[in-house]
Amino acid sequence: MEANRVPQADIGSKPNRKTKKRYKQPWILHLMVLPAAIMVFIFSYIPMSGILMAFQDYKPALGFFDSEWVGLKHFRYMWENDYFLQITWNTLFFACSKIIMNLIIPFVFALLLNEVRKIALKRTIQTLVYLPHFLSWVTLSGILIDILAQTGIINQFLVSVFGIKPIFFLGDGSWFRFTIIASDVWKEFGFNTIIFLAALSGINPALYEAAEVDGAGRWKQTMYITIPALIPIGIVIATLALGNVLNANFDQIFNLYSPLIYQQGDIIDTFVYREGLLSGQFSFATAVNLFKSVISLILIVISYRLAYRFAGYRIF
Amino acid sequence: MYHKTMPYRIFSIFNNVLLTILSLLCLLPLYHLLMVSLSASAPANAGLVTFWPIGFTLEAYAKTFVNTNFLSSLWVSIQRTVLGTGLALIVNTIAAYALSKETRVFRARNIYLWYFVITMLFSGGLIPGYILILKLGLMNTLLALILPGLVAVFNIILLLNFFRTVPKDLEEAAFIDGAGHLQTFIKIYLPVSVPVIATVSLFMMVGHWNSYFDGIIYIRDAEKLPLATFMQTIIVQADMSKLDPEVVANLSQRTIRASQIFISALPILLVYPFLQRYFVTGIVVGAVKE
Repeated sequence: MEANRVPQADIGSKPNRKTKKRYKQPWILHLMVLPAAIMVFIFSYIPMSGILMAFQDYKPALGFFDSEWVGLKHFRYMWENDYFLQITWNTLFFACSKIIMNLIIPFVFALLLNEVRKIALKRTIQTLVYLPHFLSWVTLSGILIDILAQTGIINQFLVSVFGIKPIFFLGDGSWFRFTIIASDVWKEFGFNTIIFLAALSGINPALYEAAEVDGAGRWKQTMYITIPALIPIGIVIATLALGNVLNANFDQIFNLYSPLIYQQGDIIDTFVYREGLLSGQFSFATAVNLFKSVISLILIVISYRLAYRFAGYRIF
Repeated sequence: MYHKTMPYRIFSIFNNVLLTILSLLCLLPLYHLLMVSLSASAPANAGLVTFWPIGFTLEAYAKTFVNTNFLSSLWVSIQRTVLGTGLALIVNTIAAYALSKETRVFRARNIYLWYFVITMLFSGGLIPGYILILKLGLMNTLLALILPGLVAVFNIILLLNFFRTVPKDLEEAAFIDGAGHLQTFIKIYLPVSVPVIATVSLFMMVGHWNSYFDGIIYIRDAEKLPLATFMQTIIVQADMSKLDPEVVANLSQRTIRASQIFISALPILLVYPFLQRYFVTGIVVGAVKE
């Protein structure tokens, strides 16, 4: 009898002490995080201390410790600079337009795609519209520069069909803005629908059946079931986008702009690159970057709070 | 049944046509480029090519593939994509595994998570990053292209959210059978996480393949430039100072430029259809929580 009891306790629903210990083993978990933690320390935290440069007149020859401290000089210069206000405005303009368009168009596209009944057609459409997202702005700029040129295929088409003068898409300020927003929407609308499609697939089919029984047509079903089901995720996306209003997509603008349209096309990030690395104004560029980071950080924190408050969204 | 009503049928046909046109619009620019690259250079330069090649020839591709600058860049890009993705997958998945444990098991979890997330919210920016690479002596090396982006916090979060959906019973069974964390991770978690790992690998591969900016700022020698940077220099910047005169002479030809753009996009066109079936589940499970 005695001998019987011990194995029974072992088989019981709770793991024994040895298994539990193995399950915990925190040191091995620490070890697993370690490589990532070290890399992040070197490549993210060390550069953060470089922010101090914004308060110095950093000279590469003198280095970090011997460069002269100048307080808020660079920030003051930034505020008194009309051009800086212009690029801040450009950044906000591009970012906001893209955020709005990239919300509305995928929303409508997802609704329409949801009405496609032929599965094969639906899959094909999805595969094709996701594709541009994976091409780089370098590749796309190569293509856009080619097809949008004054002798390019788009102008040839417009000229022959509408009989207008060729449009200078990338060289005329207001057309440049239009091109930037349109090409961004073109690249991303398909990919941005994924999240709406996921929300659509989560709708309980019983709701549609019930509506059907009550005599609601497809339009009414869309208005009263589908759209309300998509609104919450739309709100999450819109709120989270708030944290991004100072990012207008460096890659796209950097690869499409030219000195011709700096006035309408330059954004904070491209400005920092030119001032910082090309003109060697390390401290001034860092100050501009710091300003941008701080505002963005505040906006991100606010937007995550809002998203959690209104939609229960958490990232982890 | 609304499917059978006349207005819905008309709408449905109209809708299918509209969406088909929209999806073709996503492909046409690339297709046009391919046709230009397959045409003889005279009609291409004159802008006569639209949707078929005129004077079909592979000459542009032949010229691209004897160009040493192009080939060395291609090789650099392949190296950085394979090495960068491989290393990043190891580092990020093991970190995500540990971070997917509850605080009860791994007490420091939340501290680590914030430590990582802060870097998503705030960064030193361009100039301090540049100076760091300079001070570490990584300038002009392949490592400068791989190491700074090795840890991708967003991917870690995708992975850890997926790992948390793995049933606890599987894990407990493994522990009772005597496995440690490392074994459980490799034998239980990795096999069931194929969709999310495929998604994350696709993101990483595409990221490395497309990345050009680090090449601009960290690489000085023409033969060490990754392909995306090489393409950026010739197509967009038109800054030929780093390149051979022979390359520069070839650039006036639209067909050659088109063939280079097409080749640089080709690996993505090839890999993407195979991985794309995973990424919808991968992203959705990783990002959206009900």
